[in-house]
Amino acid sequence: MIKVQRHTFDIGAELAALSAGRTDIGALASFVGLVRAHAGEPITAITLEHYPGMTEKKLAEIEAEAHARWPLQASLIVHRFGRMLPGEPIVLVATASAHRAAALASCAFLIDWLKTQAPFWKLEETAQASRWVEARSADDEAAARWQR
Amino acid sequence: MKILYFAWLRAKTGTASEEVSLPPEVTTVGALMEWLAASRPGFAEALAAPGVIRAAVNQDYAQPADPVRPGDEVAFFPPVTGG
Repeated sequence: MIKVQRHTFDIGAELAALSAGRTDIGALASFVGLVRAHAGEPITAITLEHYPGMTEKKLAEIEAEAHARWPLQASLIVHRFGRMLPGEPIVLVATASAHRAAALASCAFLIDWLKTQAPFWKLEETAQASRWVEARSADDEAAARWQR
Repeated sequence: MKILYFAWLRAKTGTASEEVSLPPEVTTVGALMEWLAASRPGFAEALAAPGVIRAAVNQDYAQPADPVRPGDEVAFFPPVTGG
């Protein structure tokens, strides 16, 4: 399931809903990305810009790829857009499988691929100015390990 | 053809979207980028950093050699930074 939304989300409620009423799921893995108030220069807020339409399309493709690679019973990607404050959740990725190996690996795959494939851009606000976050080569390398 | 710009490229071009009528010789993403750069200084400036600008045609990632046609939705943007 893909959710691209402005409003925040309840992490526990989202995870509970993913496995509610199911008895075939033995492992539920999740990753939550949060807005960080940087240690060096304090970040007062971030704004996530996205490409409506293409975002949903790419996330659905990434999710389908995870289901093709691992035996998953359920999966969820929630990604917010708009302005958010330090401590708020940005993204939730969750995968459910019979056993932990598939759940953990597919969860890592989803967030690694999402970071390099989904059309989102972060604008950081400090007390002085706003600046667009630059892409990190470490993210490309993390995604590359899943290349086939 | 609808052209979309995102993130700092939107700021540099001064527009989020525009409708353009392509001259017949513009048939690829790369040719479209050169054509846009000729009349848009901000876009030309962004293109000067090689390999930075990404493109999508009809909401799929595209390379300079990929075709564009009237009626396509083409987007230009910097490397993505979500998650």
